[in-house]
Amino acid sequence: MLSLVVFLPLVAAVVLAAARGLPDAAARWAWVVVSLVEVALVAVLWWRYETPAPLSSTESGLAFEEQVPWIPGVGTSYHVGLDGLSLPLVALTVVVFAACSIYALREDRRPRTQAALFLFLQTACLGVFAAADLIVFFVFFDLSIVGMYFAIAGWGHGSAQRSALQFFLYTFLGSLALLLGFIGLYVASGTFDMVELAANPPLVGAGVTGGLVLATVLVGLAVKTPTVPFHTWLPPAHTDASAVGSAVLAAVLLKMGTYGFVRIAMPMLPDAWRDFAWVILAVGIVSVVWGALVALAQTDLKRMVAYTSVNHMGYIVMAVGAAGLVGGSDEQARQLAITGAVTQMVSHGLITGALFLLAGVLHARAGTYEMGRFGGLAGRAPRFAVLLPVAAFASLGLPGFSGFIAELQMFTGSIAIAPVTAVALVGILLTAALFLRALQRLLTGEPGELTASFRDVRASELLAVAPLLVLATLLGVLPRPLLDVIEPAAGTVAALVAR
Amino acid sequence: MAMSGMGSDVVAVLPEVLLLVGALAALVGGAYTPRERQWVLRLVAVAALLGSSAAAVVGLTSPAGLVFEGTYAVDSTTGAVRLIVAAATLLVIGLGVDELAGHRQESETYALLLLSATGAVVMAGAADLLVMVVAFLLASIPLYALVGQARTASAAEGAMKTYLMGALFGIVLLTGVVVLLGVSGGEAGYAGLAVALETAPAGAVAAGAVAVIVGLMFKAGGVPGHFWVPDAAQGAGVTAAAFLTTVPKIGAVVAIYRLVDALPVTVDAQLVVAVLAVASMTLGNLAAFAQTAPRRLLGWSTVSQVGYALLPAAVAGRTDLAEPAMVLFLAAYAVTNLAAFAVVAALPRRVSIDDYRGLARSHPLLAGALLVSLLGLLGTPPTSVFVGKLLVATAAWDGGSGWLAVVLVVNTLASLFYYLRWFAPVFRGGEVDGEYPEPRAWATRAAVVGGVASVVLGLIAGAV
Repeated sequence: MLSLVVFLPLVAAVVLAAARGLPDAAARWAWVVVSLVEVALVAVLWWRYETPAPLSSTESGLAFEEQVPWIPGVGTSYHVGLDGLSLPLVALTVVVFAACSIYALREDRRPRTQAALFLFLQTACLGVFAAADLIVFFVFFDLSIVGMYFAIAGWGHGSAQRSALQFFLYTFLGSLALLLGFIGLYVASGTFDMVELAANPPLVGAGVTGGLVLATVLVGLAVKTPTVPFHTWLPPAHTDASAVGSAVLAAVLLKMGTYGFVRIAMPMLPDAWRDFAWVILAVGIVSVVWGALVALAQTDLKRMVAYTSVNHMGYIVMAVGAAGLVGGSDEQARQLAITGAVTQMVSHGLITGALFLLAGVLHARAGTYEMGRFGGLAGRAPRFAVLLPVAAFASLGLPGFSGFIAELQMFTGSIAIAPVTAVALVGILLTAALFLRALQRLLTGEPGELTASFRDVRASELLAVAPLLVLATLLGVLPRPLLDVIEPAAGTVAALVAR
Repeated sequence: MAMSGMGSDVVAVLPEVLLLVGALAALVGGAYTPRERQWVLRLVAVAALLGSSAAAVVGLTSPAGLVFEGTYAVDSTTGAVRLIVAAATLLVIGLGVDELAGHRQESETYALLLLSATGAVVMAGAADLLVMVVAFLLASIPLYALVGQARTASAAEGAMKTYLMGALFGIVLLTGVVVLLGVSGGEAGYAGLAVALETAPAGAVAAGAVAVIVGLMFKAGGVPGHFWVPDAAQGAGVTAAAFLTTVPKIGAVVAIYRLVDALPVTVDAQLVVAVLAVASMTLGNLAAFAQTAPRRLLGWSTVSQVGYALLPAAVAGRTDLAEPAMVLFLAAYAVTNLAAFAVVAALPRRVSIDDYRGLARSHPLLAGALLVSLLGLLGTPPTSVFVGKLLVATAAWDGGSGWLAVVLVVNTLASLFYYLRWFAPVFRGGEVDGEYPEPRAWATRAAVVGGVASVVLGLIAGAV
C-alpha cells in the first residue's frame, strides 16, 4: 500500500512522458486526477494508521512497513514505513502537489512535460519521507534535486538557468556530504538500515569520529533546510522558479532537511548531537533573526517570502537543538520542542505553499514581484485581498492558525530548556512587521502603475490556494488529530537522543 | 595426467578461447568475403561474444581456482569480467554498426575488437607476471590499429600518441616485471611471488611494483598514462573511441588489483594506487571542464572515472568489500559510458555540446539516454554507477582510507559542472534542428539499451 502511494505518481509520469500525442488539456487533468487519487490514498493511510509500538530492539516503530532485499552485501534494502514523524509529511506532500496540479491547470508552457516532471518529483519526495534505509533515503533525496533542477530550468523565468545551476550545485554538495556521513554510519555499524541504526546507534562514545560524521550529516541537511550560512541558494532559486516550482521547493523539499534532523541525526548520533546541541541551537537562532532581517529589507514579494522560509526553518533548527540539551532539562519540554518542530514543518509547508502560489498570481498578471509597483489591490481584486492577508497572518503565527500552535510548542519547549532561545522571539516580531508592511504596500494605498492590469484570482487558483489555507486554519483550531500522531514519535526521538 | 589437466584447463578458459577463435574467424573470413556481405562476419563476432558469455556463465558455477600451473585465476572476478567485456563489446558493435556496415575494413575491425577484448579479459585473469605482460600486449596492439583506421589527420595523431605512449609504458611495465622477477628469484606466479617477495629488499620490490602499476596505467587510461585517451577518443572512429575508453580499462584495473593484492605488506603498493587514483580523478575532472567537444569531454571523463575504479585496488586486501565494489563499478561504468558514446555515435554531425541544444524536443529517446548516462557517470541514483560509487567509497572507508571517500565525493561534485554543461542545453529550447541528418538507427538502439541497462543494473545490484 505504501509503495503504491510512493510509486503511483512515477508510473503516471512515465505514461505521460511517453504519450506524446496527448492533448494539453488531457495532460493537465490527468495530473489533477492522479494527485487527487494520491490524496485519497494517503487519507486512507491516515485513517488506518495506528501509532506503532515505539522503537526498540524488537520493534521497528513503523507502520505500513515493507522490506525487500536490495544490496545485501552492504546491508541495504528497499525498506519503507511510516511513523508519527513521516506520516504528516507524506500527507503534506500529497496535499501540496495536489494544490500545484490544480494551480497548473492554466499552464500553457509544455503542460504534459510539466505534469510528468512534477509527478516524478512527487515520487521522489514521498520516497524520502517513507524511507527506512539510508540509501533509499539518499536515492530519493538526490532524485528530488534532479527533478527540481529541471522544474526551475524548464519553467522558471528571469535568470532561471543560472539559479537552477546554483541550486543543483549547492544542494548536490549537501547531498554528497550527507552520503559521506551515511557511509561513516555504515562503516561503524555494518548496515544502512535506519531502524537498526536508531535502535543501536553506532559511534556512541567514538568522540571525534562521531563528531565528524554528525558534522557531515549536519552540513548536508543544513544546506537543504537551509540554515545560515548555507542559505544563499534559496532566494535566487525561488525568485526564478515558477509558482508551482517554488511552492513544492518551499513546502516539501526544504522539509527534507529538517526531517533529516529528527529522523537521522538525532536518533542515530545521539551523543554527538548532545555535544553539538549548543551549536545547532545557535545556528537556529541566527537563522531566525538573520532570515527575518533580510526579509524585511526585500522589495520583491517572492524574495521576501523566500527569506521568511529561512526564518521559519530557523525555529525548527533551534527547537531540535534545544531538544539535545539533555542535562538539567525535563523530557516533557524536549518532547514538546520536537512536536512543535514537526508541526511547524507541516504548517510552514501549507502556508508557504499558499504564499508562493499567490506570489505566482502576481507574476502571472504583471510579470513582476516588485511590491512597490502595485498598491490598492484590495479594491481591484477582492479575492486576492482576502487570500493574501490570511496567508500572511497564518505565516506570522497569529493564533487560530497552525503556525501559532507550532511556534507556541517550539518556544515553550525551547525556553524551558534554554532560556536564551527567547532571543528568537524577535524573529516573530520582525516577520509580523514585514508581512504587515507587504500587505500595506500591495493592497492598500494609491493604485500603483501595474494595479490597473491586475485581474483577480481565478477559479483554479482559488481552488489551489484555498484548501491549503483552510487546512492551516483547521490545524490551528483543532490541532489534536495531528498532534496525536506526532507526539508519540516525538517522545521516542526525545528519549533516543537522551541515551 | 598432464594431458588431462591441460584439457580441463582449456575448458576452464573456454570464454577466452571463443573470443580468440571469433577474432581469427573474422580476420580470415574477411579476406574471402565481398565487402557488401561482410555483415556475415559481424554475426560471427556477435556469435563469438554470445558464446563467450554463455561459457562464462557456465564457468561461474564451477569452483574458483587457478589453472595452467597457477598462472591464471578462474574465479568470480574473472567470470564477471568475462561477462562485462563481452557485453561491452556487444554494445560497441551495436553502436558501431551504422559506421562500420559496408566499410572497407569492417571485418578487420571486428577481429581487432575481439582480439583486444581477449587481451583485456586475460589481463584481468592473469595470476602471473608474464601472462599479464602478454595480455597487456594483446590488448594494446590491436588498439593502435583501431585508432588509426579512421584515416583522418586527427586519427593519425591519436594513433601516433597511443602508439608512442603504449611503447613507452610497455617498456616501463617490462622493466618493473624484470625487477620483480629478479628479486623474487624468478618466481612469476602471484602465489609464489607473495611469499618470495616478503624477504626481498623492500626498495627493489617497491621500485618494481611502481613500474608495473605505472605501466598498467596506460591501459587503464589513468594518470600518468592518460595522455592518449582524449586524443584517441576525439580522433578515432566513434566505434573505436567507445571501445578503447571502456574495455581495456576493465582488464587493467583488475590486473592492478590482483597485483597489489599479491604484493607483500613490506611495500605499500596500495598507497601508490591511491595517489594515482586521486591524481586521475582530479586531473580528469579539471581537464574536462574546458572541453566543448563531446568525445573529448567523455575522454577526460573516463580518465576521472578510472580514478574511482582504482579505489578498491587502493584498499586491496584490507576489506572484503573491495572486490565486489570494483566489479560492480566496472560493470556500471562500462554500460553507462557506452550509452553516452552511443548517443554521440547516433549524432555524428553534432561536434560541439552546443549542437545538442533542443535535443529533448527533437529526439526525446536520445535525450533520455544521454540524461541517464550523464547523470549516471555523475553518480546520481538510481543508476548503477551510483551504486558502484557508493560501494567503492564504502570499501575505501572500510579499508581504512576514509580520506579517499572524501576525495571521491569532492571530485564527484566537481564533475557535476561539465556533465551539467552538456545536458543543460539538451533540455533548453532554441531549436537548431533541421540541418542535422536523422540519428543513426543502430546507435540509437544501443543508446537506449545502454541507458536502460545502466538503470536496471543499479536496481538489481544486490543480485549481482
